[in-house]
Amino acid sequence: MPKEADNSEAARPIAAAQPVIRIAELVKRYQDRNVLEHVNLDVYPAETMVIMGGSGCGKSTLLRILIGAIAPDGGRVELFGDNIADLDEHQMDAVRKRFGILFQSGALFNSMTVGDNVALPLREHTNLDEDTIAIMVRIKLEQVGLRHAMDLMPAEISGGMKKRAALARAIALDPEILFYDEPSAGLDPVTSAEIDQLILNLSRKLGVTSVVVTHEMDSAFRIADRMAMLDKGVMLKVASRQEFADIRDSAPSGDLNHDLIRQFLRGEDQGPITARRLGSDYEEDIMEAAENF
Amino acid sequence: MSLPVEHPRLVRAVGARTLGVLGYLGGMAILLAETLRWTTRGLFVPGVRFGRNAFMEQMVRVGVRSVGVVMLVQTFIGVILALQLAPTLKEYGQVDKVANIIGAGGFRILGPIITAVVLSGFAGASIAAELGTMVVSEEVEALEAIALNPIRYLVVPRVLATLIMMVLLSVVADLMIAVGGWLASRVALGPTTYMGYFQHMRDQLRYRDFFTGLVQAAVFGLLISGIACLEGLRVRGGAEGVGKATTMTVVYSIVAIVIAACVFTVIFYVFGF
Ligand SMILES: Nc1ncnc2c1ncn2[C@@H]1O[C@H](COP(=O)(O)OP(=O)(O)OP(=O)(O)O)[C@@H](O)[C@H]1O
Ligand SMILES: [Mg+2]
Repeated sequence: MPKEADNSEAARPIAAAQPVIRIAELVKRYQDRNVLEHVNLDVYPAETMVIMGGSGCGKSTLLRILIGAIAPDGGRVELFGDNIADLDEHQMDAVRKRFGILFQSGALFNSMTVGDNVALPLREHTNLDEDTIAIMVRIKLEQVGLRHAMDLMPAEISGGMKKRAALARAIALDPEILFYDEPSAGLDPVTSAEIDQLILNLSRKLGVTSVVVTHEMDSAFRIADRMAMLDKGVMLKVASRQEFADIRDSAPSGDLNHDLIRQFLRGEDQGPITARRLGSDYEEDIMEAAENF
Repeated sequence: MSLPVEHPRLVRAVGARTLGVLGYLGGMAILLAETLRWTTRGLFVPGVRFGRNAFMEQMVRVGVRSVGVVMLVQTFIGVILALQLAPTLKEYGQVDKVANIIGAGGFRILGPIITAVVLSGFAGASIAAELGTMVVSEEVEALEAIALNPIRYLVVPRVLATLIMMVLLSVVADLMIAVGGWLASRVALGPTTYMGYFQHMRDQLRYRDFFTGLVQAAVFGLLISGIACLEGLRVRGGAEGVGKATTMTVVYSIVAIVIAACVFTVIFYVFGF
């Protein structure tokens, strides 16, 4: 069923629907540092889940685990109802064909033209002939507004175009889930709004389930059905867009998590996030350095 | 699955930063085993693609681009051999045996080993740089994300192309060494040497001289491409990492080639090949 323009209500998960993505008690460590600590998150069919959080809080790491690029140190990830840790190579590849990912850097194949980048999944995973593939590539590029760039090399196009080309590649196999890692980072406001529109179109017209990592608040509120706030590897809150908007527009409450989310959403330079950063062992660090001197 | 590390963590496993010599050899063994697995699957399992286009592309890149240099270098090696050997042989009144020695030395070892050194710079370094750059720009991760196994898609065509081209180039190399030796004889060593040059070489050479050379060439090709792919895929940390991988590929390749040649020589010597 196509969703309404204002989809915050329609997006509340229906109790009966099974989540397409289920993240339970996920833990990831690098060396002795916990990058993700017992993260839980369910994403329901056709909704757009926006994951927010400061730089280095583990958003990209979370996406990498979701696509099976790296293994977690604890907990489980279910995609389409299967725990991906239980899947063998072949089954995992089958799952991979059902989702697409837009990497933070775009990650286009630099040795191929934009058109060939989009064609690659089609050439490798379908038995379509070259003529059909050429048409499909045109359609996908048209969807992201890049038909004219088909024969250009990735090095010859701008950052925004790269993101869009990478998106065309991600949707080449008509995925059921799309992961986006900071789709609008580093883009001008208009291009960024255009990308948001693309995300919305894909989710509304094709019913794609979207997981979008971003720290651009305008963008987040434009596209989200529900939002999740990740802070230093801990999932602080998962709620509807409206609830997050309410927090943003509320006064400081004295509750640490509430105020922390509020500061992040408002992008203010004063609040618990800054206080924590300033208070964190600064003096200890200096003293330790002095001792080792 | 019998391998200790399986896709997709494989690439990360070979990328582990602290690899001792054993770890390195282990990574290499896994890489080559996976390459063999995907090659046989690509050839014999219906539905698994072999990637003929990528393979042909790599053959051209590895072979065609280096054939000129190989021919040039090997001709000079022939000239050098002839002129270096001649004075000593002259003392025994056997300058005409120059052809015999060049034939045996060239076909058995010098053709393959010097071609391998040229290829470690030509093919090895460029494969490592290419794969390293792909790792740094997240392209390898993107490949995995669209369900393309990097071993099947990147490593298999490069390893096979290098192996086959190494063998073919060695044949060319053998011939060019012979020609180089003849040229030097023609110009400097007088009619007794050059008149019967190719006849002497033919009398001297047996098939096994030729084939032991090619067996070594194949193994050198495997070593060069395996090391290049391993170094490329385990690159971490930007452009600097890529540069280091490229250098180390050439260094490790040459060491590996010489050690392998020595092992083969001992085996051939002991078994009388
Ligand atoms: N391969 C790795 N080895 C060690 N530490 C890592 C590795 N990858 C990520 N990290 C660390 O994990 C933390 C989370 O990284 P991640 O890339 O997930 O952050 P992020 O939330 O995506 O940040 P950003 O918004 O800047 O992209 C960072 O502190 C980073 O230093
Ligand atoms: Mg990130």
